[in-house]
Amino acid sequence: MTDRLGLGLAWLLGLLFCAIAAAIVIYFLVEGIRYLRPDLLVTNPAPGVGESQTGGFLDPLLGTVIVGLLAMAIATPVGIGIAVWLSEFGRPTGFARLAESSVEMLAGEPSVVLALFGAVLFTVREVGFLSQTSHRIVLGQSFFAAAAMLSLVGLPMVVASTREGLQAIPSHVREASYAIGKTKIATTRRVLLPAARPSMITGTMLGLGRVIGDTAIVLLLLGGTLTFQPANSVPVLGLLRGTGDTLTGYIYYNAPTGDGNQPSKAYAAAFVLMLMVLVLNVGVDAVIRRSQRAVKWS
Amino acid sequence: MELRKPPPVRRLTGNEAYTDEVPVQVAPPPAGIERHAAGSNGNGHRPSAAFAPAARRSVRDSAIAIDRMHVEELSVSYGTKPAVKSVSLPIRQGEVLALIGPSGCGKTTLLRSLNRLTELTRGASFSGRITLDGADIATLEPTALRRRVTMVFQQPNPFPMSVFDNVAYVLREQASRRPRKAAIRGAVRDALARAGLLDEVADNLDHPALRLSGGQQQRLCIARALAAHPEVLLLDEPCSALDPQSTRLIEELIIKLREDVAVVIVTHNLQQAYRIADYVAFMYLGELVEYGSAQKIFGAPQERRTREYISGAFG
Repeated sequence: MTDRLGLGLAWLLGLLFCAIAAAIVIYFLVEGIRYLRPDLLVTNPAPGVGESQTGGFLDPLLGTVIVGLLAMAIATPVGIGIAVWLSEFGRPTGFARLAESSVEMLAGEPSVVLALFGAVLFTVREVGFLSQTSHRIVLGQSFFAAAAMLSLVGLPMVVASTREGLQAIPSHVREASYAIGKTKIATTRRVLLPAARPSMITGTMLGLGRVIGDTAIVLLLLGGTLTFQPANSVPVLGLLRGTGDTLTGYIYYNAPTGDGNQPSKAYAAAFVLMLMVLVLNVGVDAVIRRSQRAVKWS
Repeated sequence: MELRKPPPVRRLTGNEAYTDEVPVQVAPPPAGIERHAAGSNGNGHRPSAAFAPAARRSVRDSAIAIDRMHVEELSVSYGTKPAVKSVSLPIRQGEVLALIGPSGCGKTTLLRSLNRLTELTRGASFSGRITLDGADIATLEPTALRRRVTMVFQQPNPFPMSVFDNVAYVLREQASRRPRKAAIRGAVRDALARAGLLDEVADNLDHPALRLSGGQQQRLCIARALAAHPEVLLLDEPCSALDPQSTRLIEELIIKLREDVAVVIVTHNLQQAYRIADYVAFMYLGELVEYGSAQKIFGAPQERRTREYISGAFG
C-alpha cells in the first residue's frame, strides 16, 4: 500500500515537473512568436518611449555569440588539459585531489561571486589593457573580462565530460599503445583524445549553454550597456576591450520588473535565447547518440 | 577482469571440438570432451587424441631455434602479494612457447614483465633479470624495448582510427602526425600481409578499424604488433574472445610467424597449447612447475600437479 502511494507520488511529481517545464517552454514559445519580428534581430536597442522606438536586440544577440565563443575558446583547451591530467596522470595524488575539488567547487560557485572577483581582478592597473581606462582608473568592464570569468562557468562541464569520456576507454587500449613502444603523451594525443572527442564536444556544448545563460557576470563585467561601446576605433580589439551586452542582460533590462520595462522585447529575446539553448541541447543529444552507435571496444 | 571470464578451458574445448572434428569426422559425445581432451595425450586412444596431434603434426619442428630472451629468477609481486616466484626460462625464435596454468597463476604477469608493462601497475616490484639478446631489459628504454617485444591483448583493441592508421601509428615517430602516407604504405601493407589480413582489407584501408569483425580486429592488432619488426611477440590469450574460425586463422598465423619472431602465448586453452606450442611452461600459484617440450608436458608430465592440471583435475 505504501509502495503504491510512493509510486503514485513519484508519478505525480514527475508529471508536475513536466508540466512546469512545458509551461515555461510553451509560454515563451507563444509570447516569443507573438512578439518576435524579423526586424528585432537586425536593429539595435535605442532610447525611446514605447515599443516602436526602442529598437531590437542585434547587439545583444551578437554579444551572446561573441562572449560564448570567447569564453569557450578559453574553457575548452584548459578544461581538456585539466581532464587529461586528472584522468591520465594525476600525480602527485594530493595535488590531483585538490584540483579535482577546485573544479567541483567552481561548478557550485554562484556566478555573481565569480563576477565580483572578476571586478576586483580586472580593475587592477596591470590588466588595464583588457578593458578601458578613464582618468587613470581601470573600468574593468569588457568582453575580455566577461569572457574570462564566464570561461570559469563553462570549465567544469568541459572537465567533467572529457574525464568521463577518457575513463570510458578500457585500460587495455592504453596498454596496447604502450605495448608498441608509445609514450604516454603520444598515446594521449593519438589514441585517447580522438576516442574521447564526442565527450569533449558534449562538454563544450553544455558549457556554452551555461555561459550564454549567465547574467551576473554580464551585468558586472560586460557593462550591460545594451549596445556595443567599443573602447576605440581599432576594428576587433576595440570592440572586445569595450562594453556591450548579451541577450540575458537585455532580458534583465527589459523585463516587466526591470528598468527598461519593455516586456514584449524581453519575451522575444528570451525566446531567441531559449532556442539557442535548445539547439545546443539537441546537438548534445545528437553527439551522444552518434557516439553510442559507434562501435567501441568490449 | 579475471572474474568476468567464463571458464575458458571448458568453453574453448567445445569450440575446438567443433572446428577440428569436421575434417576427421570423429564425433565424440560433447559432454565427454571437456575432461578427456586435455588428458587424451597421456591416455592414447581417446577420441580427441586423434585430431589434436593431427592438427599439430603438420607444423612440427621449425628449422631454427635462436635464443632471444632469458628470464632468470624473476619474481614479481603486487604490494605484498607475490604473483611470480623465481621463474627462469628461455624464449627462442623459431619456437612457440605457451604459458599455461589456472587463473591467477602469474602467467599474464610473467608475460607482461617481458616488455615491462608490469611496471605500469602501481605497487608492482621485481627481482631477477630478463635479458633480450644478452642485454638486461631493465637497462633499455621502455619504449625501445616495447618496439622489440610487442604484445597482443585478450580483447581486440584497435585504435579508433582507420585500418591504415592503426598500423601506421606504430611506424610514426612519437606523437607525430603524418610522415608522408606514401612512404609508409609499403611497410603497412607488409605488416598486414604478415598478419594475413591484407587480402581482406586491401580495398578498405581507410575504413575505421573498429568496424572490422572481432577476428579481423585481432589480426589487425597482430599486424600492428608486427609492424615494428619485433624480435618477440607476446600474445595474452589472443583467441579467447574469438569464434572458432578466427581462432583457427590466428593459430595458423602464429605457427607461420614463429620463424621470424619468438612467440610467447598465454592460453587457458590446453588444446590450443597442444596444437601450436613447441614448448610449454606450466605455472601454478606463481611458480613455474614444469617447463618442457609440448610433447613431454602433454605426453609424459613429470610433476603431479602438471598431470592433474592437464587431465582437468583442477584449474
